[in-house]
Amino acid sequence: MMNKSLPSWVNSLVLIVVNIILALIAGAVVLMATNVDVIYAAKIVLFGAFGNSEGIGYTLFYATNFMFTGLSVALAWHAGLFNIGAEGQATLGGIGVAVVCSSFENSLPFGLLVVLTTVTSALMGALWAFIPGWLNAYRGSHIVITTIMFNFIASSLLVYLVVNVLKGPEQMASVSPIFAQSSWLPYIHQLNLFGDSLAATPLNISFFWAILCCLLVHFYLHHSRFGYEARAVGFSAKSTDFAGINKGRVIVITMMLSGALASFVGLNEIQGGSHQLKLEFVAGYGFTGIAVAIIGRNQPLAIIVSSILFGALYQGGSELAFNIDHIGNDIVLLIQGLVILFCGALEWMLKPNIDNWLKGAKRKREQHGFD
Amino acid sequence: MDLTDLSQWFGLIDASIRLATPLLFAALAGLLSERSGIIDIGLEGKMLVSAFAAAAWVANTGSVWQGVGVAMLAAMSLSLLHAFACITHRGEQVISGIAINMLALAGTAILGQHLFKLGGMTPVLSDGYRLGNIEFVSWVPRDDSLWSMFYWQLLSGHNVLVYMAFIMVVILSGFFKFSPLGKRVFAAGESPLALSRAGGSVNLTRYGAVLAGGALCGLAGAYLSIGHGAGFINNMTVGKGFIALAALIFGQWRPVGVLLACLLFGFLEALSIRLQGLEFFNSGYVIPVQLIEMLPYILTVLVLAGFVSNPAAPNALGRQE
Repeated sequence: MMNKSLPSWVNSLVLIVVNIILALIAGAVVLMATNVDVIYAAKIVLFGAFGNSEGIGYTLFYATNFMFTGLSVALAWHAGLFNIGAEGQATLGGIGVAVVCSSFENSLPFGLLVVLTTVTSALMGALWAFIPGWLNAYRGSHIVITTIMFNFIASSLLVYLVVNVLKGPEQMASVSPIFAQSSWLPYIHQLNLFGDSLAATPLNISFFWAILCCLLVHFYLHHSRFGYEARAVGFSAKSTDFAGINKGRVIVITMMLSGALASFVGLNEIQGGSHQLKLEFVAGYGFTGIAVAIIGRNQPLAIIVSSILFGALYQGGSELAFNIDHIGNDIVLLIQGLVILFCGALEWMLKPNIDNWLKGAKRKREQHGFD
Repeated sequence: MDLTDLSQWFGLIDASIRLATPLLFAALAGLLSERSGIIDIGLEGKMLVSAFAAAAWVANTGSVWQGVGVAMLAAMSLSLLHAFACITHRGEQVISGIAINMLALAGTAILGQHLFKLGGMTPVLSDGYRLGNIEFVSWVPRDDSLWSMFYWQLLSGHNVLVYMAFIMVVILSGFFKFSPLGKRVFAAGESPLALSRAGGSVNLTRYGAVLAGGALCGLAGAYLSIGHGAGFINNMTVGKGFIALAALIFGQWRPVGVLLACLLFGFLEALSIRLQGLEFFNSGYVIPVQLIEMLPYILTVLVLAGFVSNPAAPNALGRQE
């Protein structure tokens, strides 16, 4: 009885909650230093994110992006790969969606068009992740560096395509023309799920696709042979040789799947939200995906929750920027950075203390004859 | 651009040197950190914070060289955070770097708006509030002769930090080749076990190298805001920290290699500015600027892939033993 420790998920849950609290305290200190009433700001964020159907709609719209990029980071992580290229893979996905939408907006029935945009975006994202994956598997290139480089290459490519190829002749701004309405993904508020009481928000059916992806990746990782192989490679790359697992193939396939997941940001943002290709449509969602995966402990089902948390932070943060003049969206980025710092880089800082504290609490309970 | 006009070529190379300087400081900063075994993808953030610190300090006090010092301290404080997370607490080095980049981008914008209320910028700094240019001698005639152009465009008249950056290459080469401390840093990145068996402290060595890298990064930032530029602008580094990281890899983690890589990438940047909207040999085909912008990254990927030469990354880079 004395040796039985608490289940490990209790430790990780307590650890992550404590680290999030630390990050929020640090964020609050910065806000107070710039003369912001923190309690008032927190109220605005919470109400802005969850207070009404409009807030919830935007929160879930952002959460959809974060599910895709969070899953992308998490899936690669299980195979021991740190994919920080979700940004670039999402860019390529968006390009694919835009090209398909603008070419076939009037000629294909909607159902077929959606299948085509989904497949094209997945293929483009997978291609963009394939090269770093292949280089890692067969040439030993550091995946972090190659994916960073591919982010920049993708962003230049996007600028080139939008400015020189896709931009309409009559447009001043660097955006593609708006696609025909028949190619838009249906909005959730148009589905009349709760009567017609929902406010108009960009939340669209790719939200359901994101949830489905979370379930699929969960199944893939924990209930399929391929997922098992991926996790084996991540756990111990050397031992997989003895187990007869083709390490190179696992790395390449995992990266391609990871890139495909990230690419679906294009579905949500381009075909669901703005209906045109914009230069900055990825807007750092790929990097937020890292924070989402860290908070979700790389578990697809937990990523649903952490995506909604970050969606709320985004939506609440933009309400904050709207309501208090001298605050911009930077506060969202700040909190994101702090979360990555405390829950990611400084993850282990408090672990010994928390382990001791949990053990101590348990021992005390046992001494008093409870439990 | 007229390819036959020699003075234009000199102008181009002059611009390359000016654009290579911040890359060089930052890449050398990365060199120090990565030679000791600590991955540094936070160069971008450290540059940004120090650029802000320098401009903000000079705007408030008017003291330019104090501004340089403050820039170095600002970047070093982020380095200390990186070292604390990665060395003391064995955190993931890449994650710590990402956090630093985000915090720098957000922090400078918030603090800038709070202090100056100019939408995240500092006030524009006039000439007296910036680091000066150095002119060696003034008796060389200014004419169209090769030597005159060579002297006035390339040798003389650069910002004082430009010369410091080039001197830094010499200093670091000597540091790694001849000094015991440099060899210790090298050992920390190649074989930390051997270093600790020999009685050296791996952690202490790495702390030192990462902090020294921070100081160099501070110079990169100071050059941007109070040397080459005139004040801080939101996100003014726009990826320069990552080009520096690319130069570090392209230069194979060696000071002279890094110098050449920075000059090449500086040249590409200068070229892309000059080629905006220009036709390729009157063929009616406009050279896409984005293609030139991509080149540093593509070249670096080729190096990483081992297609150009064998990557020579420090052996223990990023490993937590």
